Amino acid sequence: MTNSIPEIENNDVLFVIGSNTTETHPIIGLRMKQAVRKGGKIIVADPRKIDLVRFSTLWLQHKAGTDVALLNGIMHVLLKEHLIDKDFIAGWTEGFDTFRESLSEYSPERAEKITGVPRKDIVKAALMYGKAERPAIYYTMGITQHSHGTQNVFAIANLALMTGNLGKESTGVNPLRGQNNVQGATDMGCVPNQYPGYQRVDLPSIKSKFEAAWDAKLSDRPGITATEMTDAAIDGKLKALYIMGENPLISDPDSHHTEKALKSLDFLVVQDIFMTETAELADVVLPAACFAEKDGTFTNTERRVQRVRKALNPPGQAREDSSIIMELSGRMGYAMNYNLVEEMMREIGGLWPAVAGITYGRIEKGGLQWPCPTLDHPGTPYLFKGGFPRGKASFTVVGYEPSKELPDKDYPFVLTTGRQLFQYHTGSMTRKVKELNAVAPEAYVEINPADADSMKIEDGDVVSVSSRRGSVSIKARVSERPPRGMVFIPFHYKEAAANVLTNPQLDPVCKIPELKVCAVRIEPASARP
Amino acid sequence: MGTGGIAAGGADVMDVFKKRLKEKGIQSEVKKHCSMHKVGCRGLCARDVLVDVIRYDVKTTYQFIKSDMVERIVEEHIVRGTPVAEWLVPEDYHHFHDKQVKVVLADCGMVDPEDIESYFGAGGYEALRKVLSGLTPEETIDVIKRSGLRGRGGAGFPTGLKWELTRKAAGNPKYVICNADEGDPGAFMDRSVIEGNPHAVIEGMIIAAHAIGSDHGYVYIRAEYPLAVERLRKALQQARHHNLLGENIIGTAMDFDIKVKLGAGAFVCGESTALMYSIEGKRGMPRVTPPRSTEAGLWKLPTCLNNVETLANVPSIIRNGAEWYASFGTEKSKGTKVFALTGKIKNSGLIEVPMGIPLRQIVYDIGGGIENDKAFKAVQMGGPSGGCIPVEHLDVPVDFESLTALGAMVGSGGLVVMDEDSCMVDVAKYFLHFTQSESCGKCTPCRIGTKRLLEILERITAGDGREGDIDLLLDLSADIKVSSLCGLGQSAPNPIITTIRYFREEFEAHVTGKKCPAKVCRKLLAYSIYEERCKGCGACVRVCPAGAITGEKKKPHVINPEICIKCGSCVEACKFKAIGRE
Amino acid sequence: MIKVIIDGKETRVPKGTTILEAARALHIPIPTLCNHPKLSPYGGCRLCLVEVKGNRHPVTSCSVPASDGMEVVTSTPLLERIRKTNIELLLSDHPNDCMVCEKAGDCTLQELAYFYGIRENRFAGERRIYEKKDANPFIERDMEKCILCGLCVRVCEEVEGVSAIDFAYRGFNAKIVPSFEKALDCEFCGQCVAVCPTGALTGKMWSYKGRQKDVRDVDTVCSYCGCGCNLTLHIRRNEVVRVSSRDDTINEGWLCAKGRFGYSFVNSPERLKTPLIKEKGTFREASWDEALDLVANKLKKIRAKHGADAIAGLSSARCTNEENYLFQKFMRAAVGTNNIDHCARL
Repeated sequence: MTNSIPEIENNDVLFVIGSNTTETHPIIGLRMKQAVRKGGKIIVADPRKIDLVRFSTLWLQHKAGTDVALLNGIMHVLLKEHLIDKDFIAGWTEGFDTFRESLSEYSPERAEKITGVPRKDIVKAALMYGKAERPAIYYTMGITQHSHGTQNVFAIANLALMTGNLGKESTGVNPLRGQNNVQGATDMGCVPNQYPGYQRVDLPSIKSKFEAAWDAKLSDRPGITATEMTDAAIDGKLKALYIMGENPLISDPDSHHTEKALKSLDFLVVQDIFMTETAELADVVLPAACFAEKDGTFTNTERRVQRVRKALNPPGQAREDSSIIMELSGRMGYAMNYNLVEEMMREIGGLWPAVAGITYGRIEKGGLQWPCPTLDHPGTPYLFKGGFPRGKASFTVVGYEPSKELPDKDYPFVLTTGRQLFQYHTGSMTRKVKELNAVAPEAYVEINPADADSMKIEDGDVVSVSSRRGSVSIKARVSERPPRGMVFIPFHYKEAAANVLTNPQLDPVCKIPELKVCAVRIEPASARP
Repeated sequence: MGTGGIAAGGADVMDVFKKRLKEKGIQSEVKKHCSMHKVGCRGLCARDVLVDVIRYDVKTTYQFIKSDMVERIVEEHIVRGTPVAEWLVPEDYHHFHDKQVKVVLADCGMVDPEDIESYFGAGGYEALRKVLSGLTPEETIDVIKRSGLRGRGGAGFPTGLKWELTRKAAGNPKYVICNADEGDPGAFMDRSVIEGNPHAVIEGMIIAAHAIGSDHGYVYIRAEYPLAVERLRKALQQARHHNLLGENIIGTAMDFDIKVKLGAGAFVCGESTALMYSIEGKRGMPRVTPPRSTEAGLWKLPTCLNNVETLANVPSIIRNGAEWYASFGTEKSKGTKVFALTGKIKNSGLIEVPMGIPLRQIVYDIGGGIENDKAFKAVQMGGPSGGCIPVEHLDVPVDFESLTALGAMVGSGGLVVMDEDSCMVDVAKYFLHFTQSESCGKCTPCRIGTKRLLEILERITAGDGREGDIDLLLDLSADIKVSSLCGLGQSAPNPIITTIRYFREEFEAHVTGKKCPAKVCRKLLAYSIYEERCKGCGACVRVCPAGAITGEKKKPHVINPEICIKCGSCVEACKFKAIGRE
Repeated sequence: MIKVIIDGKETRVPKGTTILEAARALHIPIPTLCNHPKLSPYGGCRLCLVEVKGNRHPVTSCSVPASDGMEVVTSTPLLERIRKTNIELLLSDHPNDCMVCEKAGDCTLQELAYFYGIRENRFAGERRIYEKKDANPFIERDMEKCILCGLCVRVCEEVEGVSAIDFAYRGFNAKIVPSFEKALDCEFCGQCVAVCPTGALTGKMWSYKGRQKDVRDVDTVCSYCGCGCNLTLHIRRNEVVRVSSRDDTINEGWLCAKGRFGYSFVNSPERLKTPLIKEKGTFREASWDEALDLVANKLKKIRAKHGADAIAGLSSARCTNEENYLFQKFMRAAVGTNNIDHCARL
């Protein structure tokens, strides 16, 4: 997020696109509702009638995967209505002229044709966002989990740049992080091309800095991404995989393919708190401590580093992940010895200046938002105040490309996947909580009543949903939420895993899979009595 | 004809008149000289159905008319010109009217409430024309302020000031609300005004809207008043038709229209903030002030809420001037007040008197005294929020300040007369039962406190009163009064406080003597048979539902007090007055 | 800023500050049951009544804004008498079963009864008796203990935007109910539970797990989504028995169903307790030494044969910053590869 959570309630316009915020980020959802109470207006862009639509002024029900066309259409109107920030564009950006040209073909009429959103609503959205004083954009995986996810993100950046809606309080672009420490894992360099603090592994000066600090010889070859590891395993290039607290068998697209990959490995180590579906396939399973059993820090979606504290002892012989890694590292011939968790934090601060000012003492209460370079720095609630770190921001020309797998005669429905309020991710934690399972016990496929009618499917019927990659049996939930022609399955349930169906097609730049759009067929699973 | 008149048979009487006149061919014969009108409530409910026959400008009034009496009136009076003497109202009918001063009710009972032309004929909407053609909003407010008009809903807040506050408050749009959620037991003033002259209320609202700068109005009226609702809706329709409502009212720049919102029967919705929540579709619960409704009322926008009677005064004040209105009443309580006179009184009905009139004149001159000439005991004024006024204060002037000083209040205008047969503990219990079940439940003292007051009264009237109960009632009453959120709770203990203040010995008789002096509280009564009078006829045995009476035929019977449920059936059945009640 | 004098102490507060807020800033205690700083003023409990110079009647300090030069007295014999009466009235319609109540020790009503020394009750009488029948799995709704402060109704409407509950019935029988008095069916965020001042709303899974005095509180951060809500874990005998959240944090004390009620996985009997090694397709228990040696040797062997890039590591967004740092350092420095990623894309 370029802004912070408390700033949300002071937005006058909130453009929420591809984010079912009230279910995936309930507490951020509360701030959005607060913004409405304080007079703010919400524009929701989502194919499904999500709960936030209830609080919105304008709902753009665009077809799944047509975000670029929608955003370009909005930007076309902004240009035409002169609702752009010329000073900002001149002072802080580059590439505007070429970009401006590229918008000419996205008239609201054409955008309507592609997205299905009435042109008057596209114009209305543009006027609302363009005239707002403190607008912010919010998005999550509805924007990114596409084969053209990077393009979607660029389009959002273009929108904020051309209107100068960045670098101010309650004004910015806010991707909402889906997992408690996904921000932290990225910050800490758990990515194949970057060391902690977004420092590239293939730059020699940086490599030598880390080699000196870690007293080790490091590789300058960027590694492979999680989604690429699957293919590498099947191809035989990847022999061993060490998984700490992940469950790719449920979370990754095309589960059959993932299973095949994991089984192709020579050696699989899984370190987790439960015997997950992935752990079942492991050669060695290491029992770990959960969040309540260790000290450390998490970094939330607004870059706030907060303290995690040990409240319990882990069960049996289970150990904290840090102690397992240190033990293992020693046995691999590379000694890592930290007496206190805080020592690691100090080491990180030495290698990444943006967190150098964060100490456990300072975050005893409340936490600090990076960048926080010095011990007296108050932290940074919103980014890009007074400019961008790398100088000028570039406009990127983005053209609409359809999703890779569109409905056809054999697979006539679009399937989209996502979360629901009462479950979390692959369910390895929430599926163990009996109260949550009492209210959200099983998987379901949301089907529009008109579609259900035409297939003689009633609410609660078991249906079979198939894609080119697999098939699941699942209960139908007849609901007004999805539009005609689209169905939705939450991906938490291993019994009817949505990812058996999804398309592993990756975005070419950031390797994110196209989990939000694939083509499926629906048939009644059994004859009703 | 109001609801009361119709219930007494007014509609049937009217039908028969129509039929007879038609049969006699009178209607067609002298069409231009003969007409028939139904009018709104004429006040003296106790003598319904009242019929005026105006023959060559001579008005003759009949009382207690039933449909089978119509033929004779038509035959003898209308056709032949000889009034039916034995059915005419007697001399005291006029006493009922002599001491009254009619401002709000001036046209009530005179105009046809379903015909706007009839209201025009009585000068209707002239006040509005005067305001729209010649007065600025500030001038209108000034007239109302100088008239001294105070809210007739009970609290007596100066109306002109309320208009001024709403006019000056920031926020748009602004609202005018007419509170027609009349809920006090025994009160029917607002109902009668709307049933009898709805246009006066509408005209008052339009004038108010002009004064405060509002273009939206609501009438919040009880759904239990179907006739009032029907006539109000009809009147609104007619007013719209004559461009007295809607856009560019009578050619001016003013836009204003009125919606009717039906109340669902909660007494507390007569409280202004609860009423506004109810219009918003929320549960009717009063809210804390500030902010006042004039600043943040309906939908948190400036709102002027006035009672029916208050608004119905407005056209007359505009027409006749502030000084004219201020000439009625007392120094601090100007004008007149409408009361619903009920209870053990001869002339029960709807009256309007100048403020400051001695209560005694209302009871004896207008009301004609106590029914069956029993002894006067008290007047309950102001409904469940009000209090009792005993005989020693019967000369109190009826105005806001004097009544409050006695622990009662003008209130919305309910005036219930009680005679020697009323038990004051029972009266207090009745009102507490009402407020307790009508409390919205929001604040502690009203929700639980009134319940506890009622429980204590119940045990006192059941003979289980404890030493200290009277003081406990007073202590709790004082705390509820000072700590309740809204007027309902703050005034709920008034019936208890005043009955104890003026009739403490009656409470003590219940608590310590376990007796009910008025012989009302059933559980405190003991029934016994006077041996010397009992003939042993067995009538009492046959009616006793509990089988408590035994005895041989033709010999004195006895009542077993263990079994007796004190229903009193035996007393009514005994022809020899042989059963005593102590 | 305006000047206000409370109990003789002078202070300056911004315009719009209520008398109650001004008093609290001066550390002058005023009892309340229906007030919450983040919810609209209600004025239902009547305990916060204070006397304002020039006003005929006491006013509710929770709702009346301080005005310039206002002089307020928060405690007089009249005010204390009213407070005592109202607490007594509440207790007269309350089960008063503190000895078995989940909320004992953390109950505002109990506190007030103690401070006002209410043992005898002048107003003993009928008490509301309700059948407990709400079948939802999260929230125990004991409406006999409800004092109708309306906090739950307001938090559900004003914070959660759900309005799952509201008042029904009148007077003494007024009651907070879900629509049509069916079982509660809502988002189960438990915001209502968090603001309830009595034992009327509690977590079903809390019952008989340990009372306020028996638990240890540990502040930490939620392990579900990316909001980063602060949690306070209430611990007894190495078990999480309750979760709450402090209101001076980024999430202002508000949580969702998962954060507030979804904690029992921590103490699940299904937790992994020993290292496991797979032999012939089935797992057997192993010691740490055996398991770690096996992993180290295997990785070394593969690295020797196929190179470091034949090994990859997947880290976790559920682990801490420090663990993620260590994990990538291990992969890069100890194993020698940049094949390290986590689930950011999923």
